[in-house]
Amino acid sequence: MGTEDLTQILLQHPFIQGLGEDHLKTLIGCAKNVRFQEGEYVIREGEAASKFFLIRTGRVALEVEVSGHGGLRIQTSGPGEVLGWSWLIAPYRWHYSGVAVADTRAISLDGECLRKKCEADSSFGYEMLKRLAEVMERRVEATRMQLIDMYGLTTTGGHK
Amino acid sequence: MTLRSASPADVDAVDPMITNPVPIRRVVWENDDTFTLTLDIRDALPAFSFLPGQFNMLYVYGMGEVAISISSDPGKKGTIDHTIHRVGSLTTALAHMKRGDMIGVRGPFGSSWPVNVARGKDVIIASGGIGLAPLRPVVYSILRARKDYGRVIVLYGGRSALDLLFRVELEEWGNNHEVETLVTVDRGDSSWKGHIGVVTGLLSYIKLDARNTVAYVCGPEIMMRFTADELEARDIPVESIYLSMERNMKCAIGFCGHCQMGPTFICKDGPVYQLPQIRPLLDKKEL
Repeated sequence: MGTEDLTQILLQHPFIQGLGEDHLKTLIGCAKNVRFQEGEYVIREGEAASKFFLIRTGRVALEVEVSGHGGLRIQTSGPGEVLGWSWLIAPYRWHYSGVAVADTRAISLDGECLRKKCEADSSFGYEMLKRLAEVMERRVEATRMQLIDMYGLTTTGGHK
Repeated sequence: MTLRSASPADVDAVDPMITNPVPIRRVVWENDDTFTLTLDIRDALPAFSFLPGQFNMLYVYGMGEVAISISSDPGKKGTIDHTIHRVGSLTTALAHMKRGDMIGVRGPFGSSWPVNVARGKDVIIASGGIGLAPLRPVVYSILRARKDYGRVIVLYGGRSALDLLFRVELEEWGNNHEVETLVTVDRGDSSWKGHIGVVTGLLSYIKLDARNTVAYVCGPEIMMRFTADELEARDIPVESIYLSMERNMKCAIGFCGHCQMGPTFICKDGPVYQLPQIRPLLDKKEL
């Protein structure tokens, strides 16, 4: 796939929207089009977090291994979402596994390549950080709501 | 005996405090702690009709009453469904009932989902947990006049796959392509291939014609608050967002004050409100 095609695909992803032309060129150098079949592991807990993924189609479930319970699935990432930020934060290891629960297409971005570019170009680095911070904020908010266990809070007499 | 549409003469004839004995035709367990009672109203309430979102007071003889939304198709005659979460002594007593047992019914009460305002528009039906039950009549109403509406999107969140209500219908609605159905759970295991996460997250998978969309939202109050915020952030006009509130209802006609929430009585003015009517009260402590 040519750089031009990849650019067009990248531009359709919400994570990239509004990114300046120069920054997009910087990003393209670290990007690759990838595909996962249902059941295939995209990332594995404990392994080096050398990439992150912009999901185009399909769905990836974050999974944590709990002794005696197998893999518990705690969150899914779908079209238009981002999978993984451990590539940016030392010690650059995945804390969860990610398994494709449907055939999935994504853009893979090389974390090591991006870290170097972020260090070398602080404007690019800040742009990446801002966008990832937004992803993190949404994830933290969603996790808090899951922690509330709101469906267990319905305590009145059954109306609704 | 729909109070909302009754003439003054009819109101005189029907005392909203009188309960009517009705037999149970069927009990279906939706999950471990939620069940649907189908009531046979052919003899006891032959003229009964209701609007989507309205509720009845169900009376367990010798124990008391509980407010339960009607969860069946408003166009279906002869029976009505109530989907009930077993959480206290009264709902536990209802859970122990079987076909042929009698309960008391009075109603219907309260405001309704304004389904007609969505004609010609896209519709989002966002629900969490047992909140799908009062919205099920909306889906049925729309399906009866499907061509009059644009896209119909049902978003539904539950604690786990085993806790989801109306699983067969959700699948049918999704399969017949008349309704776009997105379901998410808070926790999944390796057998669950669907979405995992909060119901608001499902909105990111939908491209909306926001100014031409009406949203009906029902679920735990915190879920409704976050969902309303998210819908508004996606440019859906606030006056096109409707929520259904829940409080402890006793008389159901605005006399006793048990369900008072600030200046409003949920049983009489609600349970369905347009977002601007209820928003100032959503964040208030002790209400």
